[in-house]
Amino acid sequence: MPYRAEKPPLPESAEQLRARIPGWGADLDPADRPAVPRERLDPGASGAHWDLPEQQPERWPRERSIEHGRLTPVFGTSCPPKGLSGVVRRAAYARYSEGRAAHWLLLLAADRIDAVESHLASFGTLHPDNPITETGILGEPSARPLSSRFGVRRTDVVHQPLDPVIVAGPWVAAAVVGALVVRSGVRRARR
Amino acid sequence: MHAMVYRGPYKVRIEEKDIPPIEHPNDAIVRVTRAAICGSDLHLYHGMMPDTRVGMTFGHEFVGVVEQVGPSVERLQPGDRVMVPFNIYCGSCFFCARGLYSNCHNVNPNATAVGGIYGYSHTCGGYDGGQAEYVRVPFADVGPSPIPEWLEEDDAVLLTDALSTGYFGAQLADIVEGDVVVVFGAGPVGLFAARSAWLMGAGRVIVVDHLEYRLEKARTFAYAETVNFVEHDDVVVELKRLTDYLGADRVIDAVGAEADGNLLQHVTSAKLKLQGGSPVALNWAIDSVRKGGTVSVMGAYGPMFSAVKFGDAMNKGLTLRTNQAPVKRQWPRLLEHVRSGYLRPSDIVTHRIPLEHIAEGYHLFSSKLDGCIKPLIVPSAA
Repeated sequence: MPYRAEKPPLPESAEQLRARIPGWGADLDPADRPAVPRERLDPGASGAHWDLPEQQPERWPRERSIEHGRLTPVFGTSCPPKGLSGVVRRAAYARYSEGRAAHWLLLLAADRIDAVESHLASFGTLHPDNPITETGILGEPSARPLSSRFGVRRTDVVHQPLDPVIVAGPWVAAAVVGALVVRSGVRRARR
Repeated sequence: MHAMVYRGPYKVRIEEKDIPPIEHPNDAIVRVTRAAICGSDLHLYHGMMPDTRVGMTFGHEFVGVVEQVGPSVERLQPGDRVMVPFNIYCGSCFFCARGLYSNCHNVNPNATAVGGIYGYSHTCGGYDGGQAEYVRVPFADVGPSPIPEWLEEDDAVLLTDALSTGYFGAQLADIVEGDVVVVFGAGPVGLFAARSAWLMGAGRVIVVDHLEYRLEKARTFAYAETVNFVEHDDVVVELKRLTDYLGADRVIDAVGAEADGNLLQHVTSAKLKLQGGSPVALNWAIDSVRKGGTVSVMGAYGPMFSAVKFGDAMNKGLTLRTNQAPVKRQWPRLLEHVRSGYLRPSDIVTHRIPLEHIAEGYHLFSSKLDGCIKPLIVPSAA
């Protein structure tokens, strides 16, 4: 009990643990632990044979945090900003530091805009989005869907019904808006 | 080439993409032979990580064969089998020079708070990842390492993140002989953290989760005592009871942003995206560790604020230790442990999924179906 100085006794001795668990105590000595010491100035250890890496060519104006003093020598080139989501993303990077909630909230908003833009754009291609195949639910029948979820007291089944709402919600909303627009157009045409 | 592509929250598909080109003299192009879906990929999949763009290829756990190298690459050549740390790092900046490879300052223009990570949103640098047939690997002379002849690919791929992160998490906990260690989360990182705690001399290891099949794995693979938090009104009180009301000496959060156990916290984070992550496990860690103890945070959280009980952490005199694992720094010692038989990483693999069926793989892993603990991805060109 913590009300006295002694630590509560352990159920097993070191000898018992060593006999039961492979490798018990192999890294008892902190010197054997690779992350100790935490910071160890050793510029040669990494294998880098440069002082500052060469600059990767910038093929389009690369958005960057205003907490950086320069464009980093190397960067990812996946998915350049495009469309309205790209405008929002560029604004988030140009105006707000990482310390500002506005930076992250704008980026999250851009992610949602990006999804809508991309879904709409996909309908103009030979490979339109298909929420049935892309959500992977076709794998359910072979994945023991009932016994995995029920009778096992897992707490996440309470909110799992929200997942289809998150996925299907924007599609349903778009369908409703589309139907309203069409109905309104038809009514105007009849007048 | 075939590559997994993000199409918005909860949606991914396979698309035909160009094989990535060399973009920097120290790049390599690697043909992926084995990849994995990480628990932290689910934060992207669920749309929680800011600046996750439609069209990005995820995947930061992969191994493969070098296909092409840039003109300044000296240590690798085409045909080499390599394992690639999930960190992208230059090896020469202020942080890399001090061994903090996960905090590299030369690879991520989008953020200064985090280094570069393959396939992990633009917040982590905007690099496509390894859930594809080919991937661009920057700083080929620094990050990747040849896979030892004796090491199986299914073991090697788990060294690129899950095992290294779990082992690193146990190190951050500063375990000394006889410590009582609580690990929140019985996913891959939690299982490896629990197993690593024994290597460092823990006297008791207790793993907490709500998925019984994962707790069973914690008992058999990690030799741990287990607590199913669903079975207790208040898991903190149960942990206090189990530790004679002292609290654990060290606690490891291996859950992160989508923690369950408090519906409000989970929904506001994982569903409504109003917090950087659900801090349920982190708050439980703060409350169940003893005063003066250490909390090691391996769970990944987004960059936004979260409702963390910082007052308790301060009043209890806790040491909070955190970081993304500098993976390659762990490898020499971990390879010794694997070779000596102390660890067999692939023991936690439950599913091997063809790249073409990755949408089903994400759904399976996300929904925790069919006893899924660790799904590996096998490209058709492997």
